[in-house]
Amino acid sequence: MTDWYMLLAAALFTIGAIGILVRRNALVMFMCVELMLNAVNLTLVSAGRALETLDGQLATFFVLVVAAAEVVIGLAIIVAIFRHRETASVDELSELKG
Amino acid sequence: MTAEAVIFVLMGVTALAGAITVVMARNPVYSGLGLLGTMLSLAVIYVAQLAHFVAAIQVIVYAGAVMTLFLFVIMMIGVDVAEDTSENLPRQRVVVGVVAAAVVAFAVYLGVSGGFEWVPAGSRQPAAEASIGTVQAIGEELFANWVLAFEVTALLLTVAAAGAIALAYFRRRRAVRE
Repeated sequence: MTDWYMLLAAALFTIGAIGILVRRNALVMFMCVELMLNAVNLTLVSAGRALETLDGQLATFFVLVVAAAEVVIGLAIIVAIFRHRETASVDELSELKG
Repeated sequence: MTAEAVIFVLMGVTALAGAITVVMARNPVYSGLGLLGTMLSLAVIYVAQLAHFVAAIQVIVYAGAVMTLFLFVIMMIGVDVAEDTSENLPRQRVVVGVVAAAVVAFAVYLGVSGGFEWVPAGSRQPAAEASIGTVQAIGEELFANWVLAFEVTALLLTVAAAGAIALAYFRRRRAVRE
């Protein structure tokens, strides 16, 4: 059964990576990052269960906290950029000048 | 077919469908709802794997807080901005497709060829007595062996909250002054 969980996680991670590479909307790219984090969480929980330890679930807990912090900061940055440049497309944001 | 296998198939299909929706949907709101479906499906899978606490925080933190924030920002920025779908980098999509196929093929190969056999309990039905993630078990482990990481996490969240407020506040103050 662990194999199948790992396969599902690999598929989810791959879809998230494809989304990062293909999409232009900063928000959707950000959601794809969340998708990849979720896939990794699934591998941690599955491996922890197969190894009969709680460490996987604890690692998942910390990944979740980091993801929450990342979302707060990332969305704040996206909103700040949008107020300044009126766009959320990463192709429009190809220069550092404000 | 065990109950866990049935749950895995049902929730795996919805999780994959949600993930594909995230990437394919033209409207960011649909992307957000697809991600929500994926997260809820994973929460059910966590319950099936006896990770009760992780399932609970998956629903509360991810599906509740994070997705609410996402949808709020999507509504604020506006959903009617059409995304340019033309490709600037030549042959990038072909490369993406090849790399994705390679990753999936590698994962399938590992699964079929027993690449996860190193996991001691991977093949048999685990007794799972030691890995039932109740709140009590998680808490005892967290405050016994992971205290430093827990405290650093608290610091990280404080810094993140302060940073988000700073990003919002200073920009508004400058706008007011202008």
